[in-house]
Amino acid sequence: MEGLLNQVPIGLSIGAVLLLIALGLTFTFGQMGVINMAHGEFIMAGAYTAYMLQDWAGAQAAVVALPVAFALAGAMGWVLERAAVRHFYGRPLDTLLLTWGVSLVLQQAARDLFGAPNVQVVAPSWLNGRIEVAGSTVPYNRLFILALAVVCVAGVWAYLNRSAQGRRMRAVMQNRELAACSGVATGRVDQLTFFVGSGLAGVAGVALTLIGPVGPALGTYYIVDAFLVVVAGGLGRLRGAVIAALALGMLNSFAEFWTNASLAKVLVFAAVIAFLQVRPQGMFTLRTRALT
Amino acid sequence: MRGTSLRYWAALAVLPVALAAGCGDAENGGGSADAGATIKVGILHSLSGTMSISEVTVANAEKMAVDEINAAGGLLGKKIEAVREDGASDWPTFAQKAQKLIRKDKVAAVFGGWTSASRKAMLPVFERNKALLWYPVQYEGLESSPYIFYTGATTNQQIVPGLDYLKEKGRKRIFLVGSDYVFPRTANKIIKAYAKANGMQILGEEYTPLGHTEYSTLVNKVVAAKPDAVFNTLNGDSNVSFFKQLRSAGVTADRMPVMSVSIAEEEVKGIGVANIAGHPVAWNYYQTTEGPANARFVRAFQTRHRGAVTSDPMQAGYNAVHLWAAAVRKAGTTDVEAVKKAAAGISLDLPEGKVTIDGPTQHLFKTARIGVIQPDGLIREVWSSGAPIKPDPYLKSYPWAAGLAS
Repeated sequence: MEGLLNQVPIGLSIGAVLLLIALGLTFTFGQMGVINMAHGEFIMAGAYTAYMLQDWAGAQAAVVALPVAFALAGAMGWVLERAAVRHFYGRPLDTLLLTWGVSLVLQQAARDLFGAPNVQVVAPSWLNGRIEVAGSTVPYNRLFILALAVVCVAGVWAYLNRSAQGRRMRAVMQNRELAACSGVATGRVDQLTFFVGSGLAGVAGVALTLIGPVGPALGTYYIVDAFLVVVAGGLGRLRGAVIAALALGMLNSFAEFWTNASLAKVLVFAAVIAFLQVRPQGMFTLRTRALT
Repeated sequence: MRGTSLRYWAALAVLPVALAAGCGDAENGGGSADAGATIKVGILHSLSGTMSISEVTVANAEKMAVDEINAAGGLLGKKIEAVREDGASDWPTFAQKAQKLIRKDKVAAVFGGWTSASRKAMLPVFERNKALLWYPVQYEGLESSPYIFYTGATTNQQIVPGLDYLKEKGRKRIFLVGSDYVFPRTANKIIKAYAKANGMQILGEEYTPLGHTEYSTLVNKVVAAKPDAVFNTLNGDSNVSFFKQLRSAGVTADRMPVMSVSIAEEEVKGIGVANIAGHPVAWNYYQTTEGPANARFVRAFQTRHRGAVTSDPMQAGYNAVHLWAAAVRKAGTTDVEAVKKAAAGISLDLPEGKVTIDGPTQHLFKTARIGVIQPDGLIREVWSSGAPIKPDPYLKSYPWAAGLAS
């Protein structure tokens, strides 16, 4: 019973990780329809940013790296959009292949730059403790990830709903032609969307150094889960992504508790597939008058 | 449609004939491996993909052994030429590249593989071609191919001593954690049989997919079961997540030691020393193992690869090349059957100490060593079997293991 109660905060923290890795993807995939297979490698870039900053920031690297990783991964995303993806808009399958190729190139680049073995990112010592909540243990680093996810969601929400740029972004997402007619520079909005989406992946990467491996294959471990959250939540819906991430986190945590890790993965996928049969558009849909 | 597929099959049928003809020509021109100006050997490891983390360093150690032999005057009066191929962490690729090394490059032996899946994929290729594979990694046992030499530990030289150690320390309630594939499942079968015969209790058995990174639920289960120790057969990156999350849950090595069989010096760096210091591991060799052969090996490797650590599988790969060379010298030829015959009983002083090739099983007599991970990232030996243990891949000499081999 004690173990069972433990699963609630665990589910919450799995949900927070899922949300962090998927948040950026709700931009690039959800809003722009680009199946960005390189999203995982932007996460990896964020993790390596923390590693690189260790020389300079010491044990606080994981915190210092957050804004740097956002800028770096964002810049990488921006370059990808400018150099390649923009030539493939409206051709989802081609972009899938393109970005997958880019992800392979980035993985090998990481291998050449940092070596094939995992590298070590030392977590700040103030994240080493844990608290007891109603008989269950919650490590500080999980709380940190949870808090980071909340901050990121709040930031994204404020950006989309309270800033002029965010309004333009939503306008392009809802109806590209009409937005263009109204004087929105859609090309520039696309660039910015890609920058923010990839930058958020970088932030997720820094957070993941606290709980997982930092190596060239890092991105591949999270990319499928990220897509799962975005698809289940409904394309481009912030609210959908939040609820889907938490639901999948809880489902994961309890399914694994009652069965085992392999079966839990199967159950989560089965649940998402079944859910998509009922609601192919995901939890929340974008109401739009556009024909596409 | 039918016509096309017929043509297709016809073309396929012709292909091997054409290939064989091509090979025949090469044979007339170049002759066998013996007749060339150099002796070619294959080094076949994953230089890319998820397994490259571990395998690149083994390939480097094997290359170093080849260079050492060349620097000392070569083999049978010839230089050894190492042909490197990339298995790309993909098992069919391993089989395909092995075939290429044997048929096209006509190598005298291949040194390679890491995962059991890659070995199982290559095994039929070597048996079909009657060629030699030297496999350098500890594995789950229950195998003894006439065309493979196993220079890593089999179960009775690593897992069984690991259990002996836990028993000696009075850690009798064990939780099993492993990756979900052949090695951990077979290893755990053996561990359960051992536990039953030795009055130990298995409190739980959990597997996670390879590449799994979310361990909070599993850690919760382990903590709730309150075992004396955990026996860990996770492989690859999962170990990083497992140990990081175990530590943040407040589990310490003195309260619940985690005995690992796939974590060596190389992996400790990536996991983060702080996360794993104090936990025991079971191997046959550590960088700190004493002896002049190891001092030489470590110095030579660190001269070539600055800042590198040396580990058991690297050392086993290095040993494989030297053992093969000794067998070739003894046989006076690189002919596979002659080398196999000559190999039996060969004994060398290598970094891990004295090893001897066991003729019938083609495994090695090896000393088992339990080590504890130190705060500096190296591993200090705390227990050893004293003398080399006779390899017993089918655990025939252990009554409790009866029935496991089937």
